[in-house]
This record gives sequence, structure tokens and C-alpha cells, in this order.
Amino acid sequence: MAFRNEFFEKNAIFLLVGTLLTVAVGGIVEVVPVFTVETTVEKVQGMRPYSPLESRGRDIYVREGCYTCHSQQVRTLRDEVERYGHYSIAAESMYDHPFQWGSKRIGPDLARVGGKYSSDWQYAHLKNPQELVPESLMPRYAFLAETPLQTYDTVARMKTLRMVGVPYTDEQITSAESDLRTQSDPTADQTKLLARYPKAVTVPGNGTPTEMDALVAYLQMLGTLVNFADTNTERLRQ
Amino acid sequence: MSDAFAAPRPVMYNEDVVKKFIIAAMFWAIVAFLVGVYLAAELAWPSLNFGLSWINFGRLRPVHTSAAIFAFGGSALIGTSLYIVQRTCRARLFGGRALADFLFWGYQFFIVMAALSYVMGYSQSKEYAEPEWHIDLFLTVVWVVYLLIFLGTLLKRQEEHIYVANWFLLAFIVTVAMLHIGNNAAVPISLFSAKSYIVYSGVQDAIVQWWYGHNAVGFFLTAGFLGMMYYFIPKAAGRPVYSYRLSVVHFWTLIFLYIWAGPHHLHWTSLPDWTQMLGMAFSVMLWMPSWGGMINGIMTLSGAWDKLRTDPGLRFSVTAVGFYGMSTFEGPLMSVRQVNALSHYTDWTIGHVHSGALGWVAFIVFGAIYYIVPVLWQRKALYSTRLVSWHYWIATLGIVLYIVSMWVAGITEGLMWRAYDQYGFLQYSFVESVVAIHPYMVVRLLGGLFFLTGGLIMVYNLIQTVKSPTTELPREKLQSGYPAGAVPAAGE
Repeated sequence: MAFRNEFFEKNAIFLLVGTLLTVAVGGIVEVVPVFTVETTVEKVQGMRPYSPLESRGRDIYVREGCYTCHSQQVRTLRDEVERYGHYSIAAESMYDHPFQWGSKRIGPDLARVGGKYSSDWQYAHLKNPQELVPESLMPRYAFLAETPLQTYDTVARMKTLRMVGVPYTDEQITSAESDLRTQSDPTADQTKLLARYPKAVTVPGNGTPTEMDALVAYLQMLGTLVNFADTNTERLRQ
Repeated sequence: MSDAFAAPRPVMYNEDVVKKFIIAAMFWAIVAFLVGVYLAAELAWPSLNFGLSWINFGRLRPVHTSAAIFAFGGSALIGTSLYIVQRTCRARLFGGRALADFLFWGYQFFIVMAALSYVMGYSQSKEYAEPEWHIDLFLTVVWVVYLLIFLGTLLKRQEEHIYVANWFLLAFIVTVAMLHIGNNAAVPISLFSAKSYIVYSGVQDAIVQWWYGHNAVGFFLTAGFLGMMYYFIPKAAGRPVYSYRLSVVHFWTLIFLYIWAGPHHLHWTSLPDWTQMLGMAFSVMLWMPSWGGMINGIMTLSGAWDKLRTDPGLRFSVTAVGFYGMSTFEGPLMSVRQVNALSHYTDWTIGHVHSGALGWVAFIVFGAIYYIVPVLWQRKALYSTRLVSWHYWIATLGIVLYIVSMWVAGITEGLMWRAYDQYGFLQYSFVESVVAIHPYMVVRLLGGLFFLTGGLIMVYNLIQTVKSPTTELPREKLQSGYPAGAVPAAGE
């Protein structure tokens, strides 16, 4: 045997470096191209950064660990497409820091839950899931409706998101706080909000949103942004 | 080497820090099992969530996984690795008592901070990497200290060769460092806020996360515990490792192939197909080195099989290797895309994880701990061998109940989700699959309760062992076996 393990076995530094080089290969070959190959994330119409209220709702979703029971990924399988809608494409989670595709479905997939139920249903269901779905295993999240949304750091959050690659414009950041109020106040004029964030769903409230308002705004947007009538599988092929 | 054996110089090992880690591992074992049992109960009867934010499944689940993997597994691994590296190098820990103590208290502090942060509502929601940025930074410092201590001890060793257990342990330490730093790159919203955003997004975050997540399994839960296997099985059996060549091949192929397997967590998703295929191919290949390791561990008992009758601690170690073999066969099977289409997102995955976590990780730890406690506390034997037997059978029964119920539940879910009726419509609504698996959720809870009961028996047995009077001859002096350290320390 020309190769002798003694080379590594008698020198801790060689062993260390040899190990590091060996474990680096797989990561370099598999991970780097996902960042560099342009077709990995499809170019589609409709994707936009999340509105301030949706983004804060997403923070709540992340905080509560919803990913432990819900996936956000419709796989390219016939039954999933029939159950949940068009299969998920990479572009749809391009502004997700972190991604929330999940690994377990104790409850159903949420990638396309937006608009599937009314906002009233979402409120009632979050407060007491068993009232609407008696067999459900979901915990009650009534406390979210009693907790006012912390809004003082909304701008800081959006600026951080911009730093990691979400293309918020200066206008979107300066109007963040008013957009946040507008989206939780059905009596306010929604024109500017919808110009900045098309398809944003206004939730019932009086302009001082609770955590549940934010979460519902996020859920009602999920999976609705991309217009699939506008694209086809040929264009989505990676 | 012959010189060394001719004139062995006594080395004062630092066993104090090892003892601390063993105690911590036992404490966290009970915590992890207890929280797991509670979560299992929540999934059987959701009213147990009580609508309380801090006890809800979503916040409590990371407490269970972190307590099991990092607190119980991690403390056991660090503790035994510090024991192994000193004995097989015939050198006292590098960095002295202070550095070792910093490692212990730093690591325990990390665990407590992480667990508190989840229930208080701070989570990155990246599986097995939930702690926020400030806790991640702190862990990085602790981990670098661990690497320094371990590598420093290897460098000042008095043995010419680095023993095989240490290859695996070193690979575990450096690779986990690489994965931890790579996966947790985040920007905090302010230096005074615990909230941060991960720098990667969407599909890129997905591949980085499972590059990390799968290799947390590969290097934390596999390589590290293989190091444990390569030391404690030969020791307890009094036999050398079956094949040196197999251990060399096992080591290099395992660490090379494992890293590639991550994408099998992302089959049929928006990850590009080429990445999925590559991940699947390497996952299947991974079967070979895994079984190479299993064969090396089990065949080490050649000529010493009779010890299984008299040493129930060794029985744990050998059963662990058996479960390792089973899990590393099941894993490649589930990584095949067609199988994964059925198994993914179902409880089959949960069952698979637990056959590895309970059958392999916990059992190899129990075996090591039953061996190491009498040695460290200088008792001739454990308080009760009979109780070890009871622990063994109760825990094994618990695992069987757990994984069988999860297989049935998982395959039921998978089949119901894809079932079509005679008119070509989906036959079941989602919630019908939830109802269908309820009985298996209860059986799983029972399995968990069995496993917890076994753990409590072990803790009782160990406490009684430590409370029993010191015997003059520790087991280490009574038995000699490869890998022989030199003269054992006369205690601290």
C-alpha cells in the first residue's frame, strides 16, 4: 500500500488539515453552485419584499417555531399540487431570512394558505383551533391577540433585512411605520400601501396592530404573490 | 512504544472535569427525556399545551432536541473525549485545570441560555440551530477552547500514534466548528437586541441549513460517538479493534461522504434537481462506510461474546452498534427520492431519528457511562448489575414501541396524503390523517415513558455506586486491555 495512514496518524496537525480538506469538498461542490448558478432562483413576476406588517408577522411565525409542525413547500408531486396548489418555486422564498420550508407536517403545508380562508377564520382558528377543527393538534395562540405588536424597531429590522439582500427602497423604509398602521386599519386609505406592496391584505383593527394582526397579514399573503398564469413550466425549468 | 511500556511514567490525568461532564450528561439526559415525553403527550392530547406561550409545542420542541443532542449528547461526548484523549495519549489535558473548567461551565451556560431563550421566544427557527446570534458567538468561543484543549493534548502526547478514537473525535470537533459558523451567519438588528436575520435566503438558506443539519447528525451524533465506540468497546471487551485497515477506510470515507448527503432533506422541493440527485447518490454510498464501522465495532467482540452475559454495560454498547447499523441502512433507503416522496414530512422521519438517537447515541453513552463511572470514582463495580439489566430491557422495549409506532404512523400519513378515490379525487382531508395516527401517538408516548424510566433507574444506580465506599482497586487496574493507557492516575 503506497499510501500510509501513518502520515496523519503520527502528526495531529496533518490529521487536522487533512480532515478539514476532506470535509470541505462536498460543501464546495454542492453549496457554492446554488449561490452562483443564475437559473437556481427563477425570474418571475409578482415577487416583492414583505410589507412591514407581513414581515413582522413572519418574525412572530419564526419566534413561535411554527416550522416544527408546518412546512412551507409544496413538493413537485401530483397529490401535493392537487391538495395545496402549484408546486413551490425557489423565487417564492427568495426574501425569506431564514427559509421556513420545514421538515415535518403535524399540520398541513402553509406555502399557499394565503386567501384560502377568510381573515376572520384565521383569527378564530389561531385563538382556538379546536373550535373550528375539533381533531386539530394545534396549540391555542390566543395570547398573540392580547399582545400589542412591538413596532419601535420596525425600521431597524427592515434595514437589517436590506443589509442581507432584501431590496427595500428608501421610500419603503421611511414609510414603514405608516404602512404598518395602514395595513391594520381598514378605514385608512390603502392606495399607497398597495402601490408599494401589491396584494397586501389589510387586517381588521384600529391601526395599533397586535401580534396576531401581523401574523394573519403574513399568512394571508403566503403563496399569493407570484402570478402563475403569467408563467409556464418551460420558464420555470431550472 | 516498547520503551514507553518498559518505563511508564505515571501521568496525573484531569479526571475532575470528566466527572463533571458525566454528571451533567446524566442530568440533561433526564431533562431531555422528560421534555420529550411531555411533547409526545401534547401530540396525543393537544389541550396539554394549555395555550401558554412558553409551553406550546413550537417553543418546547427545540428545548427537547437541544437538550437531547447538545446537552445530553454533547456533555457525554466532551466528557468522554477528554477521558479518552488523556488515556490514549498518556498526557494530561492541555491548558490545565482552568481551561478545562472554562470549557465545562461555558458549555453548561450555553445550554441553559439556549433553552431559556427558546421558551422566552427567541429562535432563529433553523432546525438544530435555533439559538440566536449572541448565544452562537458564545458557543463559538467555548468550542474553540475545546479544540485547543483536545488538539493541544494530542500534540503533547507520549504515544507515537494517535489512536483511532481520536481521529473521529478531532473530525467531530473541527467539522462541527465549520458547520456552526457557516450555518449561523446572521446580522443582528442591533447590538442590544437578540433578534437577527440569517444572511442566506430561501433555497440558499435551505442548502446551507441541511449541509449543517445533516452533518450535525454526521459529525456530532455519528463521528463523535464512533470515537466513543472505538475506545469503550475494546476496553470493555478486553479485545483490540477488529481491523485497523477497516478503521482507516471507515474514517476517511465516512467523513468525506457524509458532507454530501444534506440535500436528501430537500427532495422534490425547489432545490435544483442536480443537487437532489447528488445528495441522494452520496447518501446511498454512505451506507458502506457506515456498515464498515458497524462491522468493526461488532467484530471487536470476537472471542469475547460471553461477556455480553456478564456485563450488561457492554450489552448496551453492542446493541447501540446494532441500532447504528439499522439506522444507517434506513437512512440511505429514505434518501432515495421515490421513498422520500412517501416518507418526508411524516412521522417515519421522527422514528428514524429516534432509532438513531435512542438506539445508537443514548445506548453507546449508557455503555460508556456504566464502564467509566466505577473507574472515575474508583469503585470496584457498579452498585447493581441487575439494575443495569432492568434498564437495558426497559429501554430497549421503549425504543421498539417508539420506532414501530412511528413507522406505522409515518407510512399511514404518507399513504393517506397521496390516496385517490375511485373518481380520481384525493381521498382524505389532511385532518383525517391526524385522526388516523392518534393511537400511534399514544404508543409512542408509552415508548418514551419506558425510556425515561430506564434513565431514572440508571441515575439511581449510578448515585448508589458513587455513594458506596471506595474500593482500593479501580477496575482499570484489575483489567488490562487494548488500548492500554499507562498507569492510571491516582485520582486528583
